[in-house]
Amino acid sequence: MVTLGQRPATRARHTPRPSSVQLKIVMAVSGALALLYLVAHMIGNLKIFLGAEAINTYAAWLRTVGEPALPAETLLWLVRVVLTVAIVAHIVSAVILTRRAHRARPVKYAHRQPVQGSYAARTMRWGGVIILLFIIYHLLDLTTLTLNPNGVPGDVHANLVADFAPSRWYVTLFYALAVIAVGFHVRHGLWSGLQTLGHNSAAAQNTLKGVALVVAVLLTVGFLSVPFAVLTGLVR
Amino acid sequence: MKLNLKIWRQAGPEDRGRLVAYRVDDADEDMSFLELLDVLNERLALDGEEPVAFDHDCREGICGACSMVINGEPHGPQKATTTCQLHLRHFRDGESITIEPFRAAAFPVVRDLVVDRGSLDRIVASGGYISAPTGSAPEAHATPVPKANADRAFTAAACIGCGACVAACPNGSASLFLGAKITHLGELPQGQPERSDRVVRMVETHDTEGFGGCTNTGECAVACPKEIPLDVISQLNRDYRKATTGGRRSA
Ligand code: HEM
Ligand code: SF4
Ligand code: FES
Repeated sequence: MVTLGQRPATRARHTPRPSSVQLKIVMAVSGALALLYLVAHMIGNLKIFLGAEAINTYAAWLRTVGEPALPAETLLWLVRVVLTVAIVAHIVSAVILTRRAHRARPVKYAHRQPVQGSYAARTMRWGGVIILLFIIYHLLDLTTLTLNPNGVPGDVHANLVADFAPSRWYVTLFYALAVIAVGFHVRHGLWSGLQTLGHNSAAAQNTLKGVALVVAVLLTVGFLSVPFAVLTGLVR
Repeated sequence: MKLNLKIWRQAGPEDRGRLVAYRVDDADEDMSFLELLDVLNERLALDGEEPVAFDHDCREGICGACSMVINGEPHGPQKATTTCQLHLRHFRDGESITIEPFRAAAFPVVRDLVVDRGSLDRIVASGGYISAPTGSAPEAHATPVPKANADRAFTAAACIGCGACVAACPNGSASLFLGAKITHLGELPQGQPERSDRVVRMVETHDTEGFGGCTNTGECAVACPKEIPLDVISQLNRDYRKATTGGRRSA
């Protein structure tokens, strides 16, 4: 016979809101929006291999698309706003979940080997912080052009070539590390999002992991190709 | 065989607790892990020391009481095995073994290795049941259940509520346990009337009890002695989404 103990009054707590499952859904949806943006961004970057003309025209088009039905930069700002909301929601949920996780295990294990899950799964929190710092630097570098050595609005090609010049190897290195961090983040994140939102089954699990890995690798390689093409003189 | 043990000793909930080293020289590889603790406790009792408190009941892998973390793994290194079914032949002669209680705010330590897992009972009490008329038992074949549903319900019903998933989870989440209950009842016709309220209430209790949120690290399914698959958490999320977006909630 089991007697159901009441929760000791000392531990009485209110029900936390949003619920843990709601936070998870927010993480998955906002992560999916950011990933869609990343895929489009990576493919757009590849225009640099078609020449200076191609990428500069493309950058200009990003600002005029929708005209004349819409004023200039309307769609660009729409994407910026949606992306900012998604990233803020993603970070806020992650912070709440992390704080709850720390509270859920106040006393740590004396002896616990590294988690069985993948390296990607274990580095989501620090990886996310590194990516955020990168985004801030990246916006100052290539969007506001504040930190760009060339910094000519509209001449994306020249800005990129100056940015990743061999003498600025440390910038290229930082970009490479950040993009690899994005790759790891996407590898666990995409799988995790599919597990949260999808119709996962035991049979589908390995397929979903495979899909996440392929997307993460393609994204990473695609992004890396641009700085390395400039570094090696392939694009100049 | 000889074993060097380091065991968490904590006199009560308010005590700070610490790891204490013990040496057992007369262990046998055919002993279960709990028998090893019995042997140690006999000696401690003879020496006039306080024996190590640990939870156990069935000693046959079905009650889920024997909670402890052995060398960093809930229920020890053997896959799909509870502590009571773990045998010393899986350890080397002379090996050092650290034994700690399950660590979670929702599982307060009562004494030594014994924790209070009442929070899992309160999750079940908030929704892990069905309404059934009492009195004459219904005819067993009156409610057909397709084989695929019966199989999945059975896989999930294998959960013994041991809490190893919580002990293993870096977030201290009980989502595997929760998912097992939701899937077990949700696959069966008898579980349908309360289905949407069940998931909302159980998630609410889970969060209120101080368990963390799931981030799909998958640690739980590796630690689970009953091999509950991770997809029950996917099922939990899906039921929760359905229950909280639009639609009518059941009574
Ligand atoms: C090697 C990799 C990358 C290169 C060469 C690159 C290049 C660029 C360039 C040239 C722009 C300015 C586009 C324009 O002004 O038309 C830009 C904008 C941007 N990039 Fe990247 N990028 C890279 C990786 C990333 C990554 C990994 C992220 C996210 C984690 C990211 C997020 C952004 C964002 C948010 C903007 C601002 C878009 C806007 O509001 O206009 N980028 N990038
Ligand atoms: S899901 Fe597995 S580990 Fe968690 S309580 Fe049930 S049997 Fe134990
Ligand atoms: S004592 Fe019952 S499962 Fe181990």
